[in-house]
Amino acid sequence: MVGEAKRQATEDRLGALTLPEGGGWLGAARKDALDRLRAVGLPGRRDEYWRYTDPRPLNAPEPEGAAEAAGDDPFAGIDGFVITVDGDAVIVPDGAPEGLEVDTLRHAAGADIHWAREIYGTREAAGSRPVSRPFGMLNTAFATDGVLLRAKGKVARPVHIRYAPGTDPILHHVVKIEAGATLTLLESGTPGNRGNTALEAEIAEDGALHHLRIQDPDPKRHVNTHFFAALSARSVLKSFTLSAQGAFVRNEGTIDLTGDEGSATIAGAAFGRGDFHHDDTVFVTHDAVDCESRQVFKKVLRDGATGVFQGKILVKEGAQKTDGYQISQSLLLDDDSVFLAKPELEIYADDVACSHGSTTGAIDETALFYLRSRGVSKRDATDLLVLSFLAEALEEIDDEALREHVNDCLAGWLSTH
Amino acid sequence: MTALDDIRVRERAAAEMRAKEGVEAETVEAVKALSGTYKHGWNTEIEMEFAPKGLSEDIVRLISERNDEPQWMLDWRLEAYRRWTRMKEPKWAMVQYPEINFQDQYYYARPASMKEKPKSLDEVDPKLLETYNKLGIPLKEQAILAGVKPAPDDRKVAVDAVFDSVSVGTTFKKELAAAGVIFCSISEAIQEHPELVKKYLGSVIPQSDNYYATLNAAVFSDGSFVYVPKGVRCPMELSTYFRINAENTGQFERTLIIADEGSYVSYLEGCTAPQRDVAQLHAACVELVALDDAEIKYSTVQNWYPGDENGKGGIYNFVTKRADCRGARSKVMWTQVETGSAVTWKYPSCILRGDDSQGEFYSIAIANNYQQADTGTKMVHLGKNTKSRIVSKGISAGKAQNTYRGLVSMHPRAKNSRNYTQCDSLLIGSECGAHTVPYIEVRNNSSRVEHEATTSKVDDDQLFYCRSRGMDEEEAVALVVNGFCKEVLQALPMEFAMEAQQLVAISLEGSVG
Repeated sequence: MVGEAKRQATEDRLGALTLPEGGGWLGAARKDALDRLRAVGLPGRRDEYWRYTDPRPLNAPEPEGAAEAAGDDPFAGIDGFVITVDGDAVIVPDGAPEGLEVDTLRHAAGADIHWAREIYGTREAAGSRPVSRPFGMLNTAFATDGVLLRAKGKVARPVHIRYAPGTDPILHHVVKIEAGATLTLLESGTPGNRGNTALEAEIAEDGALHHLRIQDPDPKRHVNTHFFAALSARSVLKSFTLSAQGAFVRNEGTIDLTGDEGSATIAGAAFGRGDFHHDDTVFVTHDAVDCESRQVFKKVLRDGATGVFQGKILVKEGAQKTDGYQISQSLLLDDDSVFLAKPELEIYADDVACSHGSTTGAIDETALFYLRSRGVSKRDATDLLVLSFLAEALEEIDDEALREHVNDCLAGWLSTH
Repeated sequence: MTALDDIRVRERAAAEMRAKEGVEAETVEAVKALSGTYKHGWNTEIEMEFAPKGLSEDIVRLISERNDEPQWMLDWRLEAYRRWTRMKEPKWAMVQYPEINFQDQYYYARPASMKEKPKSLDEVDPKLLETYNKLGIPLKEQAILAGVKPAPDDRKVAVDAVFDSVSVGTTFKKELAAAGVIFCSISEAIQEHPELVKKYLGSVIPQSDNYYATLNAAVFSDGSFVYVPKGVRCPMELSTYFRINAENTGQFERTLIIADEGSYVSYLEGCTAPQRDVAQLHAACVELVALDDAEIKYSTVQNWYPGDENGKGGIYNFVTKRADCRGARSKVMWTQVETGSAVTWKYPSCILRGDDSQGEFYSIAIANNYQQADTGTKMVHLGKNTKSRIVSKGISAGKAQNTYRGLVSMHPRAKNSRNYTQCDSLLIGSECGAHTVPYIEVRNNSSRVEHEATTSKVDDDQLFYCRSRGMDEEEAVALVVNGFCKEVLQALPMEFAMEAQQLVAISLEGSVG
């Protein structure tokens, strides 16, 4: 039951949007998502998973402020296949790497039959149970475009989705990794002054998806991202996000381990100051035996910044031999910064080993003193300690070259921001 | 060495061996003696006097009248009642139970013999005394609880016994009064110490706190009251034993403990109920106030009837417990062993208001068969240099669901504060659930918060070791589980530790194989 105020807020927001035209299959998926959204309404502070993040900037019919121009490409120097998302439109160049099929949502909408049909909205709908993701539903219903990737073999070159900021874009990507195939997917840039992006991924048996996202410094960024993934037997998912600055960032991840011996890692490092509000909301569901999952999140907050972590490991009945791990750590560099966490375990199988840890505190005075006594300035010493704190999360990036690259980005930003 | 010496040495060794075996056998016997079904499921046949069924302003007035309460108390109750009628039952806990019909139960039941309040324990109906005797809580002014070997005089325990809606007697009142300690039922305190009750009642748990606390504020019928004056170390342990006996009757007791500056008190709470097919409601409030340098230890062994192995009957235990560490350097320690109740919803909390105050929470929650427990704590750090420690051990077996739910909140002013939280869950069997839902809110950077949680099953190696030493599977599990709970069991006062250890074994009865 949606209360009157919530219903009205939802209709106000929907009133400012137009349902994009599309083919039969896409239209049906959009309508289904819209119905589901109307049934739950847009979130309010009283909704359990929005108690630490005020959804008002996302609820407002119109976004605040104008989009900033895109900064330097943080993946410059990495030989990727770059797909540009210019505001609300996807531009795919020629020469897609071998083993990869690339399409756009706008183009696929016109097709009667499309492989993305099985996935579009399906993962999102599954990820909305039991906790609804209203902005994910909104995304499925109103996405104007998106990248559709289908890996049929081991794709050698990484695919890089590069965002150039637009006005209030809603983008929806679909990734399908077929049996035994592998793909590395990079994302960078800010989609817009208020971006709503969704990524739905299905990884078939023995497949692997490496996802690396950099939300590069943009003090005005308002973005809500969704990552819905389903893993089949023996498949692997590695997802890492580095966030620097941003007024409002909520990255939601919903990972379902549906096949035996799957392995999922979802990790992130974030740092920001001032009105930086950064929220990681992650749900990992174990619904098969012998699976492993890791959630590793680290945040460095200063000058009144707020960090939020809501993570859950759900082990369903029968998901025996599960190994679940979750850690959320936060470093508060001053007295005004805030860290709010809700690390949850929900377990219905007995032969499991699940653990979570969460720590919050200031920078280690002893370490700081040591560095200063060696002649390092306070500022440099702090940067060094922050870097070493965040670097632990970077360990979750498998590819050594990419890890080094992210580490260099981070070090560079720390000294300038 | 002569042959004779040799025989003597062997005999001595054999005697030592026997003694050792004897001790072990005794422990095993003690556990066995207590194992089996719920021990306190019997019912006392006694003439009861009920208020009419249902809940209304008239019932609230009637309860107030029966307790001869002053107008201010009635007004307080009515305000709570009116507020309650506008409130909604909370649904966020991970428990499921059929809708409670608040009009289909009694809110006041007292033994007919209690119509005239007995002036001393000698005047109490022998049937009631017998009930408590049978529960192992003799209401005689004897030094110690049954089952524990005579101890030095300083281990006396004073008991307030609450039977359905009324307190039937309080022991050692005189001796406590000599030390300046007030220990009586709350109904008596309202009559005799209105200034204290007025000052502190509802100051920790306001009438409007939550659905069940508001209900309690409207209809609470009795409970215990403790006031420990400045600088007094309470000369003995205080305890309250709650017994629900009547059918279709809710128990709503309210406990208020005030430890004045520099005082110390240790308080124990026990509870049982008869075995019945229909679920019964228990909604209590416990308020603790610790002023400067005061210390309160509050220990609970909760053993309400948990329902049968098919989930029929049992007590719905919706309890609000909160301590206000109001004074500087005050300290409150909650220890709970939760083995009973069909549904538990309980979060003993500490508001660490005073600078340098400390809160501790040690909990064992065991859920077997169809039991559901959603329990934990809140540590709200408001003062500087405040410390809190949470150790929670949850054990699920059968088809039970066990949830730890907790909040650690560091306010901006709570500089240099510390929290350490450890919650471990143990699963026995593949049909039960164990959940952890912590909330961590840190709003300053000089504080440190650490949270750790693990979930696992009973270790196969440990079980194998016990089995290879000749224990049967159930004994082995009980031993391993007791080891798992050790940290919390050690925090219990001596009188409770033994009982709790045995309860752990009983509660897991039938969970293996």
